Amino acid sequence: MIRVVLPEPLSVLARIDREVTIEVEGAATQRAVIDALEAAHPVLRGTIRHHATQRRRAYLRFFACGLDLSHEAPDALLPEEVVAGREPFLVVGAMAGG
Amino acid sequence: MSNVRVLVGTRKGAFVLTADGTRRRWDVTGPHFGGWEVFHVTGSPADPNRIYAAEYADWFGQVIQRSDDGGRTWDAVGNEFAYEGETGTHLWYDGTPHPWEFKRVWHLEPSPRDPDTVYAGVEDAALFRSTDGGKSWREVSGLRRHPTGPQWQPGAGGLCLHTVLLAPNDARRIYTAISAAGAFRSDDAGESWRPVNRGLQSEGFLPTPDAEVGHCVHRLAMHPSRPDVLFMQKHWDVMRSDDAGESWREISGNLPSDFGFPVEVHAHEPDTVYVVPIKSDSEHYPPDGRLRVYRSRTGGDEWEALTEGLPQRDCYVNVLRDAMTVDTLDPCGVYFGTTGGQVYASPDAGDTWTPIVRDLPAVLSVEVQTLP
Repeated sequence: MIRVVLPEPLSVLARIDREVTIEVEGAATQRAVIDALEAAHPVLRGTIRHHATQRRRAYLRFFACGLDLSHEAPDALLPEEVVAGREPFLVVGAMAGG
Repeated sequence: MSNVRVLVGTRKGAFVLTADGTRRRWDVTGPHFGGWEVFHVTGSPADPNRIYAAEYADWFGQVIQRSDDGGRTWDAVGNEFAYEGETGTHLWYDGTPHPWEFKRVWHLEPSPRDPDTVYAGVEDAALFRSTDGGKSWREVSGLRRHPTGPQWQPGAGGLCLHTVLLAPNDARRIYTAISAAGAFRSDDAGESWRPVNRGLQSEGFLPTPDAEVGHCVHRLAMHPSRPDVLFMQKHWDVMRSDDAGESWREISGNLPSDFGFPVEVHAHEPDTVYVVPIKSDSEHYPPDGRLRVYRSRTGGDEWEALTEGLPQRDCYVNVLRDAMTVDTLDPCGVYFGTTGGQVYASPDAGDTWTPIVRDLPAVLSVEVQTLP
């Protein structure tokens, strides 16, 4: 069971709590987590990753365990603490604006 | 007595404003989709309870929302806008080829006949159509594949398809307008397109001022009873066509400035036209700090300033291309929103104005539904 924390606008859009739990089959990677999240909440498709490229949207970041995982490969394994559910995987809206 | 429902898209959400036919007392609900840029909210002529909204955020991209109960509740529908086939390139600002990339929806145009059919004009310029109430979108790709497509170049606001007009007398005829490519017409339901820009002059902006494409058309308008007569607010110049876009002539006449964004036609008088002059392309506010709607009752050339109830000093707001509309009551109501967050209503065809609301976020679009 992996915990995912969403930015508030996406939790409002999907009508779910900021923190959700998802099941990931196989290796727990960024790609697998977002795939599972989108499968459970299809309205989030295209809002975290671009539809066409499946690349992270430029103004979103992925954090976990005090680390910025945004630039990790999508198929890199997530930290064990996240896989074990002890730490959440954070989808964060980047600071932008004045 | 009839009612009106004004649908307002702003930089930070959508608002729904309702009144009875007197259009004197208003109820305001919103923000819907608070925090998101709502480029356009519009209702289906075939089912007024069906409303579509295009919301966008730089962080999360495009979302399309649909209401089936007149704007009380909403559901997100499809947001995948995939260009069909090989996307190719258009020109970038610096004149180099740039791949077509979807950014956002600027304008939604529901079918007058079928509430589940709706068109979306998007940036980078392309036309999409949904026939399942917005759940899925398919590109009407003949437009983007026009042989001039690789020459299209964005205006300051991006390469956006911002106007879609569906001819009421011919389901196969569609007009679109793109900044800064120009106006285009299809006579076969979108399969093929051709530029309809003859007569436009873009002196100082194009090396060939009367080029086939490259004109920064800001808005087109049509009266349903006379679908071959089109009005255009261009980057500069207000224009008119009497032959479905085959040729255009300037009707700016005595306007204090012929720069502006919206153009609208009175619901019952096809030769009564409204524009909001803006000082210049670099000074996006009214001339002399006076917010004036100009009305022509002669189909152009002769214009009168409408000022009663509008600020006539120290006013430096803009009125964007999708932010003006008319209802179908008698007398015709006229509405527009400003970048200062005001939405003004005139229940008497523009003679007098009152603000419905004064302090919304910057207004991007205003539409109105006349309800039984």
